[in-house]
Amino acid sequence: MWFPRLASDRSLRAQPVDGPVALTLTQSNAERIVCLNSLAERLGLAVGMTGADARAYCPDLRTRPADPAGDARFLAALRRWATRYCPWVGIEGGDGLVLDITGAAHLFGGEAGMLTDMRRRLARAGLTVRLGLGDSRGAAWALAHHGEGVATPGDPLATLAPLPVAGLRLETKEVVTLERLGLRSIGDLAATPRAPLARRFGAGLLLRLDQALGRAGEQISPEAEPPHYAVRLTLPEPIGLTADVMAGTQRLLAQLCDRLDHQQAGARVLCLTLRRVDQDSRQVELRLARPLRDPARILPLFERGVAGVEAGFGIDQLRLEARVVEPLPARQSVAFGPQRGDRLEDLISRLGTRIGLENIQRFLPADSHIPERGFLIAPAAYSDPEGPWIALRPRPLRLFAPEPINAHGPQPPRQFRWRGMALTTARATGPERIAPEWWLEDDNWRNGLRDYWRVETRQGCRLWLFHTPQNPGWYVQGEFA
Amino acid sequence: MSRFPNPAFPLKANRVHEVCGPAATAFAGVCCAQGTGPLLWITESWRGKGLNPLGLTAFADPRRLLMVRAKDQTDTLASTEEALRAGAVDLVVIELSKPLSLTAGRRLQLAAEAGRTRGLCLIPEGMGSNATETRWQAMPLFDPEEGADSTLMRWSLTKNKSGTFGAWDVRWNHAARRLDVVSPAGQRPEPPGAAG
Repeated sequence: MWFPRLASDRSLRAQPVDGPVALTLTQSNAERIVCLNSLAERLGLAVGMTGADARAYCPDLRTRPADPAGDARFLAALRRWATRYCPWVGIEGGDGLVLDITGAAHLFGGEAGMLTDMRRRLARAGLTVRLGLGDSRGAAWALAHHGEGVATPGDPLATLAPLPVAGLRLETKEVVTLERLGLRSIGDLAATPRAPLARRFGAGLLLRLDQALGRAGEQISPEAEPPHYAVRLTLPEPIGLTADVMAGTQRLLAQLCDRLDHQQAGARVLCLTLRRVDQDSRQVELRLARPLRDPARILPLFERGVAGVEAGFGIDQLRLEARVVEPLPARQSVAFGPQRGDRLEDLISRLGTRIGLENIQRFLPADSHIPERGFLIAPAAYSDPEGPWIALRPRPLRLFAPEPINAHGPQPPRQFRWRGMALTTARATGPERIAPEWWLEDDNWRNGLRDYWRVETRQGCRLWLFHTPQNPGWYVQGEFA
Repeated sequence: MSRFPNPAFPLKANRVHEVCGPAATAFAGVCCAQGTGPLLWITESWRGKGLNPLGLTAFADPRRLLMVRAKDQTDTLASTEEALRAGAVDLVVIELSKPLSLTAGRRLQLAAEAGRTRGLCLIPEGMGSNATETRWQAMPLFDPEEGADSTLMRWSLTKNKSGTFGAWDVRWNHAARRLDVVSPAGQRPEPPGAAG
């Protein structure tokens, strides 16, 4: 199955227009056409033209930006759809599908019936398709790309002989060389002695030829279905009590966790969608501190969210989806009952449902002499404790934004006022000079160097003062224990 | 740790306690130094960074610490209750900015009992709750004798549901990680270093 205009067909399905349409992609500073619709092709435009040239040929051309990632997703969706014909479906290049229909054709009334059905359904979906059917993958590819058709069973050469050599999945350079030698069709190539060909082009060409003619085998590797982490429960009668909804959630969780267990994965973000009788739906999102797949631990975490849902006339469908899934290898359990570490993770998840998971933080050491940057703050759910913590010099227990005090000179003041208190210096230790990190722009360090002093006052407070010699001033930045 | 002259310290387990005064953070630091399990420090987000983990190294390993930043006192108290009830941490420290109602204080006590966790509220001066087990006031003192990194404080016990009041001068020994009780001068002479 070859979709010659996959990208433009997809774009036109989303926004249909009459008239020529081209999809462009910026490649090495030039806007180049990557896909055209049939009308634009008929007007003489070609893939690879620059956008400006194309518009000169055809002033009413409409261009849209191409989206290769979206096309790949679309092709993957088509692949899933194509499993309706047979279970073995693989992706061929960026714009084709390969189906192994051995033993499946009779279900659609033979090969011809299956091809008609494919054509009819894809045409209804607005997709251009070229179909090729053959004994081997190579033959089908050649037929799909160069004049559709069905290869004669047992003797593909009869059908393939008139097709151009480009149908053998060769590189452009090889195709050009072959054409220069006068070997224009597959029939010509097959009639040529093999030894000189192998000497001239290497084994690759002959392998492709053999694959097309069915002399060499080639496999179709079907894409594995990605695991789907969502389960749902439809109820015959609407429910409204929190306990009932929790019971339903419990059933779904058991199924979902079973599936996660199979894949050795754990859910990080879960979403419970409750569809109400009036077609409205409510969502309860649960973000976990650690990937989990233990229903007994996840269920209580849903309680708070479910209790807050307005049930209206009742809920008749529950859907539970694991939005974010992370690998979670099986661990050997150490003892019976919940472990303390597990309880801490559950606590973080539960607090997270109330105040947000990012507001539960931990400190990580950072490599900097600047007091404010001596540590990092990271969300506890997405980090692990790091260490060791080493304070080379005594550091204050509390740190705040520098508060200016009225003092002069490089020595700590004998008396000063801070936060409305009159303080007398009893002992001052210092200075400890800290230079700003010149490689980082920091507004707080505009004043340049700082000379830090530990000042003990008669009144008791032990403060961390600093003097900025380059820009005279005194500030209080911290309080010692 | 040398034995504290009053059974009120170390703080009674499964209860919530209160501390006020300028050295309240240091008091909390000393409480954190006991035990090796995780610690939860709950504050309101407007307070900014506040606690300096490098300063805390003198008392406890910052790896044990988890900070919770709630948006207001209601969230702080709800988080505290949840944390006390879960029983997953050694100590829950709460920084409060408004007085606690009797109901709220009582709820915290019940949660602490249910979860077998100790709680400590850092309260502003004179905003204590009646439900608390003990209330301490911690004042830093100037220490003329010790070296420059002294942490001499006066701890006064101003409320105690199951015991007597009192006031003690204490000093945190960084090297030995223990609390030395310094007897007021002239009352009970003790050779230096014998407090362990």
